[in-house]
Amino acid sequence: MVEHGDIRVVHCGGSKINFRDPVITHDSRFLLCASGEAVKVFSTSTEECIHELRGHTGLVTGVLLRPSNHLQVYSSSLDGTLRLWDFTDGILIKTCVIGYPIYSFYASAKHENVIFIVASMPSDKRAERFQLVAVHLPQSGDQMVEAQELSAVLSGVNPNPAAIAFGRGGEFIASVNDLQLEVYFFKKQKSFRFFLKEDNKKGGWNTFTCVACHPKDDCIATGHEDGKIRLWRNFNHNKEYTYSTLHWHHSAVSSLCFTPEGTNLLSGGVESVLIQWRYNQESERDFLPRLGGAITHITVSPDGSLFCTSHSDNKITIIQSCVKVSAVIQGLVKGDSIRTDLMMDPRSKALVLNGKPGHLQFYSLQRDKLLYNLDIVQQEYIHESGLQQFEVVKAAFDASGSWLATVEERHQKVAELELNLKLWAFDEQTQSFVLNTTISAPHDAQITAMCFCQATDSQTTLLVSTSKDGHFKAWQLAAPAHTEGTDDEGPSWLCDFVSAYHGLVPECCSFSADGSLLAVAFQEVVTVWSPSTWELLTTLSQPPGAVSDLCFGRLSCSKYLLGTTASNLLCWNLLTCSLEWTTSMDVRRLVADPLSENMAAFCYQSGSTDLFVFKPSEPRPLFSHKAVCSGKVTQAVFAPREEMLESCKESRQWLNRSQLYFLTQQMDLMTFTTKAEEDRLLASSKQLVIDDSVAMTPFYLLLGKHRQQQLEHQDSDSSLWAERTALPQTSASMKELLQTPAHVLPSTSYLCSMFVQSLLISVSDAREEKAHAEEEMESEKEEEDSEEEMESSRSKPELAAAAATESDTPALTKAQARELRRVRKLDHSWLAGLLDS
Amino acid sequence: MGEFKVHRVRFFDYMPSAIRTMAFNSQTERLAVARADGAVEIFNFNDNFFQEKVIPGQDGRATEALCWVGHRLFSAGLNGEITEYDLENLRPQYTVDAYGGPIWTISSNSQGTQLAVGCEDGTVKIFAILEERIQFQRNLNRHKGRIISLCWHPSSAQIAAGMTDMITIFDAETGHATRRLLVDRAMGASKNKEVVVWSVGYLSDHTIISGDSAGKVQIWNGLTGTLVRTYLVTKWDVLVLSVSKDESSVIAGTSEGTVIQFQFISSTMDQHDKEWVRTRTFRNHSHDVSALAHTDTAVVSGGMDTQLVVRPLLDKVEKNTQESALRKIAFPHRSLVGCAKKAGLLLFQFPDRLELWKLGESEGHGKPGDRLPVKRKPEKLIELKRKGEDHICCSALSACGGWLAYSTVSSVRLYRIQYNNTISINKVSKLPKELRSVHQLCFSSDSSKLFASSCQSSVIVVAVSQQECRYLHTLKHKTGSRQPVHLLCASDDGKWLATANTDCEIHIYNLHKMKLHCMVPVYNSCPTTIAIHPVTNNLISVHADQQIFEFSLVQKEYTQWSRRLQAQGLLSLWLERDTPITHITFNPKNPDHIILHDTYMFCIIDQSLPFPELNAVLWNQMTLKSLPVSQRIGQSHAFKICKSFQHLMCVSLLEDLSLVVVERPLLDIMSQLPAPVRQKKFAT
Repeated sequence: MVEHGDIRVVHCGGSKINFRDPVITHDSRFLLCASGEAVKVFSTSTEECIHELRGHTGLVTGVLLRPSNHLQVYSSSLDGTLRLWDFTDGILIKTCVIGYPIYSFYASAKHENVIFIVASMPSDKRAERFQLVAVHLPQSGDQMVEAQELSAVLSGVNPNPAAIAFGRGGEFIASVNDLQLEVYFFKKQKSFRFFLKEDNKKGGWNTFTCVACHPKDDCIATGHEDGKIRLWRNFNHNKEYTYSTLHWHHSAVSSLCFTPEGTNLLSGGVESVLIQWRYNQESERDFLPRLGGAITHITVSPDGSLFCTSHSDNKITIIQSCVKVSAVIQGLVKGDSIRTDLMMDPRSKALVLNGKPGHLQFYSLQRDKLLYNLDIVQQEYIHESGLQQFEVVKAAFDASGSWLATVEERHQKVAELELNLKLWAFDEQTQSFVLNTTISAPHDAQITAMCFCQATDSQTTLLVSTSKDGHFKAWQLAAPAHTEGTDDEGPSWLCDFVSAYHGLVPECCSFSADGSLLAVAFQEVVTVWSPSTWELLTTLSQPPGAVSDLCFGRLSCSKYLLGTTASNLLCWNLLTCSLEWTTSMDVRRLVADPLSENMAAFCYQSGSTDLFVFKPSEPRPLFSHKAVCSGKVTQAVFAPREEMLESCKESRQWLNRSQLYFLTQQMDLMTFTTKAEEDRLLASSKQLVIDDSVAMTPFYLLLGKHRQQQLEHQDSDSSLWAERTALPQTSASMKELLQTPAHVLPSTSYLCSMFVQSLLISVSDAREEKAHAEEEMESEKEEEDSEEEMESSRSKPELAAAAATESDTPALTKAQARELRRVRKLDHSWLAGLLDS
Repeated sequence: MGEFKVHRVRFFDYMPSAIRTMAFNSQTERLAVARADGAVEIFNFNDNFFQEKVIPGQDGRATEALCWVGHRLFSAGLNGEITEYDLENLRPQYTVDAYGGPIWTISSNSQGTQLAVGCEDGTVKIFAILEERIQFQRNLNRHKGRIISLCWHPSSAQIAAGMTDMITIFDAETGHATRRLLVDRAMGASKNKEVVVWSVGYLSDHTIISGDSAGKVQIWNGLTGTLVRTYLVTKWDVLVLSVSKDESSVIAGTSEGTVIQFQFISSTMDQHDKEWVRTRTFRNHSHDVSALAHTDTAVVSGGMDTQLVVRPLLDKVEKNTQESALRKIAFPHRSLVGCAKKAGLLLFQFPDRLELWKLGESEGHGKPGDRLPVKRKPEKLIELKRKGEDHICCSALSACGGWLAYSTVSSVRLYRIQYNNTISINKVSKLPKELRSVHQLCFSSDSSKLFASSCQSSVIVVAVSQQECRYLHTLKHKTGSRQPVHLLCASDDGKWLATANTDCEIHIYNLHKMKLHCMVPVYNSCPTTIAIHPVTNNLISVHADQQIFEFSLVQKEYTQWSRRLQAQGLLSLWLERDTPITHITFNPKNPDHIILHDTYMFCIIDQSLPFPELNAVLWNQMTLKSLPVSQRIGQSHAFKICKSFQHLMCVSLLEDLSLVVVERPLLDIMSQLPAPVRQKKFAT
C-alpha cells in the first residue's frame, strides 16, 4: 500500500522548551527558545507564546541573537540549515544551507559573519566525532544561500552546547569534553589542553559538564560531575595554569553562566537551586531555592536584569535580579518515563499523563499550554537520586469525566510494595478533582491494568483493576454503610467483586462500549464477563502467546474484540465466539477511536514503529505508515477534534473526527496532520503575528484590531479563520477592559456602550452560526463598526472608507445608529494624548 | 617466603607531637620542623625528604618560631628565650633571654645580619647576628599589645608586625612606626572579639599580606596603607601564611585544616597589571595547619594532626612522576623500638619514658592466617621515667635483655636488669666521663660492650660487666666529617662495627684491633638503616632513595649480588615508596633472607632468587599463590612483600624464629588528637 504523502508525522504541541538554552532579547521583552522544529517567542512579562518561527524541517538545536543586529536571531537545526529571523515580526530573512546536521552553534561579535557550528564529521568511521567548524556566511542578498567556506577549528568536541563557550570578547574559545579542557586562541591560532584525573581519592568525579567564560577577565568556569566548579586562570600556559574550586552542588553542575558585567557567576544543577557566586569573593553566595525540576540551562538577559532557568520538567522560569520569580513558562512535563497511559480528560479535552513527580498533568493540546497539575501523591518530593518515591503508575477516567482513578506505588525494597488506589470526583464548584476515596493496598501485587465502564448511560460507575496477584477486582461507588453519627461523607468506593481464573495473572482488561461486557485477559486466555451478574460468559483462547492488549470494537464493529499478543493481532467475533481473523504482527499498542470504528495499531518492527489504522470489520487497513518513528511506541491516544475536518479522501477520513497522538521512546509527543490542516495552521499563525506582536496594552488591542480587521476584510478567502477568531477576540477585548486599572479607563458611559456592543455581537454570533457564510461576513462588519466608533472622531477618512463598505450591507439597527451618533459627540482627545505619550 | 609465628604488637602507644612551626632553607633545601614538645627535626628535601636530624625537646621549651640564617638555625619560644641550635651535636648551642616576656615570632632580614623578635610586651627587639652568638641591638618603638607576627621587607628597611586588631609598619632604621593598618573584626556575634593577626607577609613591591583570626586573608598596599582586597577563606582562623620565593604565590593555613593558595596573575592576557587571586585549596589535614612552607615546587604543611604533608604544586613539577606524588610523613625515620632477640623483650622509647615489655606466648599451632590463642599475655615489666628536663634522644637494649641504656642531650644512663622471680633494675652509678652526650647507643651482641656515638662522628666503646663499666677506646675516622652518627650496628661475631653519619658516610671499624677497617664508598643518599649479616659478614645498607647495597667487609668491595642489583635496577614501584626502610633483620635459619620494613610493608629479600624484571609485578604473592607449585619457581623473584601489617614501627625476628611486628595504626593516633574545629559537613 502506498504511503500517503499528504499525511505527515509532526512534533505537536508540548515539545521540549528546555532542550536548548533560551535567549532573552536586548530589551528583555522577549524570550526565544527552541521548541521542536520551531522557535517560540514568549513574552517575558505575560508568559504567553507570541508566535512561533516555523521553517526548519528538523529539530532546532540552537537560538542565538545575531551579534551585529540585536533584532535578528539565528537558529540552527538538525536539518543542516542556519536561518536568520526577524523575531519581532516572525519573518524568515535568510536561510543558509550547511549540509551537515548542526548540533549546536556559537557566534561572537568579534567574528563578524562567522558562525561556529558543532557538526558530526563523516570522515571518522568509528564513533561519532564532533567538530567545531567555522562557517563564513556568504554575503549575498539571496534568501537561500549555501555556505561553502568551512574550516575546522577544534575536533573531538562535545555536542552539548554547554560544553563550548567564547571567552573575553571572542579572543578564545573554551571547549570541554570528558576530562579535558581545551582553549583555542584565535589570534595565535594555538590551543592549550588541560587534563584532569578521572576521579580523586575522595570519590569525586571530575568529568566536565559545562563551561562558561568571564566576559571581562581571562577566567574560565567549568562545572563538573561531582558538583564542583573550577575557575581556571592563567590558561595561556601549558603548565602554569591554575584553578580554584567552588563546591556547593552535591550532584553534577548542569549549567554555568556569568552575568554580562562579570560580577556574578550563576550555577545550577539537579538541586533546583540557583546559586549566585560573587566573582572574586566566592565565599559570598546567594541562593534561590525550590525552583522546581532540575536546572538544565541558565541564561541572563544582555542587560543583566533578568535571569532565566530552564528546568528538566519542561519549564522556563524568569527571575528578576536573582530574587523574585517573575514568570514561569511551563510546557508539557515529560519525565524520564511516562508510567500512565496517555488519556484524554473527557471534560476539558486535555491530554492527561504523568507530570511532575507524583502529579498528573492536564495539558491542552489545542492551546499548547499546561492547564494544571493535579497532586496525586500529596507528599513532598525530595530531589535526590536513588531515592524511591511514590509514583503515579496508572490513571483512568470514566466516560463523563466525573471520576478519576489513580494508582500510585512505591518500591521500597524488592519485597515491599506500597500501593494506593485513589478515586477522585470532579467538583463542579471548584472545577477540579477532589479526593473521594483512598484504598491502600487494593491488591497484593502491582496493578497491571485498570479501566472504567465506559457506558455513558449506566447508573453506577464501575471500575475494574487487574493485578499481578492473580485477581481482578471490581470497585463500585456505594453509599456509606449506616453507622452511628458522622457519615455525611457521601458515597465512597468499595470493592464489589473479586475473581480469578485458574491462578493465571490478568494482564489487561477492557469494557465494551455499552458496558455490557468485560473482557479480562489472563495470559493466553481471554475471559468475557457480564458486569451486571458477574458471570463468566465465555473464554476465548488463542495460543501461543500471552494477550497484552485488549480492545472492544466501537459502533458498528461492537461485536468484535481485538487482542494483541507478542506476535499476532487477533480479532474475535463475540457473536460466534470464534476467531474472525488474525494477522501476524508485533503490536505494541492498540488504541480505539472513541468516535468511530477505527483502531490504530502500532507495530514494532526492526527498530522502528509502523502504524496501521483499520476497521475491525474490514480486512484492509485504512491507512498505514511505515517507520513512524524509531523505537517502540507504547502510549497513544485518539483525541477528539474540536471541529471536524471535511476530508473525503479515504486515507484521510480517519483523521476527520479525532487526532492520533503518540509518545515516542524519546518522549516526544507526535501526531499526524494533513496538508490542509498545516496550511490552515500556517495561515492562522500569520494572522497571530500581526495580532499581538508588541505591546499588549488595551489601547493597542483596541486600535490594532481595527487595522487588522481591515486587512482581513481585503483578504477574500479569510472567512474560515475569521469566523474562528471572531468570538475569542470580542471576549478578549472585554476582558482587557475589565482588567485595566480604573484610573486609565475612559468614562463609564463610553465603556458601557462598548460593553453592550460586545454582548450584542456574541449573541449575533450564536445566531449566525446556523446561517450562511455571507451572513457571517455581515456580522463581522457589525463588530468592526463597533470598534470603529472609538476612532471615529480622530480618523474621519477611515470612517468614510468604512461607511463605503457599509453600503452593501444591511442598514444599521436603530440602536446602533443612535450609539454612533452619541459616540461622535464624545470628546476623544484624551486618547490622542495617551497615544502620543 | 616462609611461615612465621607473628607477635602482632599494638601496645606501643607512641604519640607524635603536634607540629608547631617550620622553616625552610632554600639554599640547603633543609626543612626545620618544631614540634609542640620542643623537638626540632631537620628534613633534607634533596634526599627524599629524609629526616636527617632530630634535636630532642626539653620540658618548658615551647618553640613558637624557627628561623634559618644561612646554615644556622634559631628558634624562639614562649619561655622568652632565643635559642641557636648546634646541628652537629644535635643540641641547643646557647640561649639568650630577650627580656620581653614570651616571644611569639622571630624573623631575620634578607642579608642575615639581624634578627627581629616580637615579644608579649609589645616590643620588637633587634638582635645582631655575630659569629657564634647574637647580641641585642635595640628595641623598636613599643606598642601596646603583643607582637604576634613579624616580617621584614626584602630591602631590610621596614618591618611589618602583626598585632591584635592592627598591623604596624616600622622603619627598621629609626625604629618608628610609619604606618598602622587597622584590621576589621569578624562580622556578627564575635564583633567585640579582638582580631589577632596571626601572620604577615611583606613583599618587595610593598604589598603586605595578612592572615587573621577572623578568617580573612587581606592584601594591603604598604606604601599607602590601604586595603586592596579581602578574602574570607574560613569561619575560623587563618593561622599561618607563607610566600613563595618569587613572590608569585602565597599559601595560607587555616584552622579547618585547609591550605589555600593565592596567586599573583594578570586578569587578562595582554595586560601586565596583576592581581592576587585565590586559586587552589589543599585539604590534607584534619586539624589546624599551624606551620607552612612554600618551597619552589611544593607546599609543605604541618599542624595539630602531627603529620608533615608535602604537596607538590603540579604546575611546577613533571606530572605523574615520583616528584608529583603527595607525601605524608607520620612516623620518625628512625627506630623507636628496641628488641632483645634472645630474651623476647621489647623496649619502647618515648620522649619522657622507656617501657620494657615481655612478649606474650602461645603454644597453639594453626594454619597461615589463623589467630593463635594467647597463653600468656604481654606484660609491661618496667616503665622508666627519665630524670631531668631533657627528653630522651636514644636508647638501647642488649640482646640478652640484661642491660638498658638511654641518653638525653646532657647525660647517659645505664641500667642493669635482673630477672629472677621479680625484676630488679639497678642504675650503674659510675659511668666513664666520656659518656656524656651521645646521639646513638648500641650494645654488642654478647652484651659485653656498649657503643655510643659522640661528637664529630666518633664512637666511644665502653665495656660493661657486672662489676664495672670501663671506657675502652674512642673510634675515630679520618674524613673529617663533623656530622653526627645516626646509625650504629655491631656484627654478631663481635668483630665489626658499622657507623653511618648524615654526610652519607659509612665507616667500618674492626673491634678486635679497635681501629678503622675501611669506609664504604660514599653514595649520594643518606643511609636509612644498616645491618651486618651474621653469617657472611656483609654490610647491607638501604638509603633514602630506596637503593640497597651489600658490601663485603672482608673483601672491602660491593658483593656480586649488589652489583647485579645495581646493574639490573630496582623496580619503579619499589623506588616510589614514600617511607624509608628503617630496620633490617636476618633469618638465622636461612642466611639468604633479609627482612626489612618501612611504614606500610615488610619485605623479605631472598638473595638466592633472581631479581624481578623491570616490567614484572612487584607484589606478586597473590598470583604466586594461585599458581601450581611447579610454576611458582619460574614466577617468583627476590622481593617478597607482605602488606598485611600496616603502620609498622618495627619488624624483628626473634631467636625462636617468631616475628615481632610492632604496629601503630594511624587511626589510633588520630583518635587521641583533640577534636577538630567544627565544620558543617554536607548531609550531616
